[in-house]
Amino acid sequence: MKRVALNGAGLLVALFAAFPVYWMIATSLKPSRDIFSATPQPVPTHPTLEHYREILTGNLIPGVTFADFFLNSALVAVATVVLSGLVALLAATAVARFRFRLRTSFLIMLLVVQMIPLEALVIPLFLMIQRLGLYNTLPSLILTYLGFSLPFAVWMLRGFVAAVPKELEEAAAIDGASRAQTFRRILFPLVAPGLVATSIFSFITAWNELIFALTFINDQDRYTLPVAMTFFFGRDDTAWGPVMAASTLFTLPVIVFFLLVQRRMVSGLVAGAVKG
Amino acid sequence: MTTLTDAPETSAARETPARRRRPVDRLPYLLLLPCLVVIGGLLLWPLGQVVAMSFHRLNNVRQLRGDREWPWIGLENYTQILGDPFFLTVLRNTVLFAAANVVLTMILGTLVGLLLNRLGRRMATFVASCVMLAWATPALTGTIVWKWIFDDTSGLVTWLFNALPDGLSQALFGRSDWTGYGWFNSPLLFFSILTLVVVWHSFPFIAVSVLAGLKSVPSELHEAARVDGANPWRVFWRITFPLLRPVFGILIVLSTIWDFKVFTQQFVLAGGTQDRSTFMLSIYSYAEAFSPPPKYGLGAAIAVILTVILLVVTGLYVRMVLKQEDEL
Repeated sequence: MKRVALNGAGLLVALFAAFPVYWMIATSLKPSRDIFSATPQPVPTHPTLEHYREILTGNLIPGVTFADFFLNSALVAVATVVLSGLVALLAATAVARFRFRLRTSFLIMLLVVQMIPLEALVIPLFLMIQRLGLYNTLPSLILTYLGFSLPFAVWMLRGFVAAVPKELEEAAAIDGASRAQTFRRILFPLVAPGLVATSIFSFITAWNELIFALTFINDQDRYTLPVAMTFFFGRDDTAWGPVMAASTLFTLPVIVFFLLVQRRMVSGLVAGAVKG
Repeated sequence: MTTLTDAPETSAARETPARRRRPVDRLPYLLLLPCLVVIGGLLLWPLGQVVAMSFHRLNNVRQLRGDREWPWIGLENYTQILGDPFFLTVLRNTVLFAAANVVLTMILGTLVGLLLNRLGRRMATFVASCVMLAWATPALTGTIVWKWIFDDTSGLVTWLFNALPDGLSQALFGRSDWTGYGWFNSPLLFFSILTLVVVWHSFPFIAVSVLAGLKSVPSELHEAARVDGANPWRVFWRITFPLLRPVFGILIVLSTIWDFKVFTQQFVLAGGTQDRSTFMLSIYSYAEAFSPPPKYGLGAAIAVILTVILLVVTGLYVRMVLKQEDEL
């Protein structure tokens, strides 16, 4: 009896959490007349890809398609990931492998900086982007997202670097490996999974961001996906089919990446590396 | 012997006069340099700039490009905002919204965490996966879907209310036809739906963190209490809560920080920055600065006020984390 009540509560929670995602995908697969019918259909009984075809092939403005926005977003996110991963790995190594003055101060700064409300930085960063002549360019966003994703990336990577047993590096050093060799041959391969996890977080940060992209980009062919979605779909509330199709295409990579990181976080990282 | 590691204990134990005179190792500082440049240039410098901007009259984009003078006006932006009754309304909305959302998120998240801990293995995996979906969904698309669910013609909620027996609907709400009903028109309804969206996005993090905390508590304690006949309410407040107090502290502070600066969900749900009655601090600052006519100085002053409030909360957070992480 108690079991039944618990399972019932579990199903309710699952329904509340997952329903909007299900409804997004279901709506995107329904023909328009089913979307706007008086009685909603719980499942797409006449599944169609017409909305996906519409957003992928139709020109939202002359010469610009959904694929272009997708490409802009991907470009910005990937550049952010590469830059932030590189810088974060260096800093995380410094923090996890060395004892030096100001180390604790640096870590505290990292914590505090993560809490700066980014929404409060739109205005001064707009000023900076104007001064640098980067207004209306994708690099303005790469630069901005690099700053946003870095503190958390260092914080996270530091744990992964610290988890690599020092004995491995010491052994390599005794065998005559230089510091650079030790880093490349020992530390880097072992931290790589952590780097992947961190990269995914940076990717999601850059991929999802709306406000700065909305403010720094003027030309429509340079819009990232979030801006394009608020601009083309946010105002016209009637075209729910294409809107849900676009939302699904925008959301799916994030969900897949997110679930990957989740698994990565739980699995032990280098269990047995010392013995092996 | 060169190693990447020089733990203080071992080097101190083997300290000889020669070692003590060894020059400071510059490598860690070199490794840290790019990171410091990025954080300094892209976070700390702008933070200083926003304070500087709040003391100037900046109403033209040319001033930002450096073509025009920046007239210094001291505290005028601040006196103008603090004297404006509208600002007080916005501040009240922000505080009430954050408080309601933190409380609801914490309650729902904790309950779901406790539930996941009690469910059977397969059921727990299923529910946790569904909860992860809500967490993973981007704020933007999550909000767009909720907007569709509350659509005034074909939305699910509109249909649900239409499906109520007419008499009941009439008695409860004074109307039976809900088609065309503006779910976002009154501020109270708007904030309620916004709360729903934000809680939906943020309870998974609380649930998963509470679950992780529960897994670290020896289950014998709970069993002993239950054998002694304590009801679940007492078990939670007498055993679970005291043991997980540090976790709850950090979760509450983090939620407060996040819920205080909600932007994307608000922006998308309101369809832009036109509807001033639903403003909260972050969107108010943005609208002052970027909707024509631009008032960058005034927007900056609001941003500074928001930052100061959050820095106080952050101070609490840092103190809690420092207490937790003995090895920092």
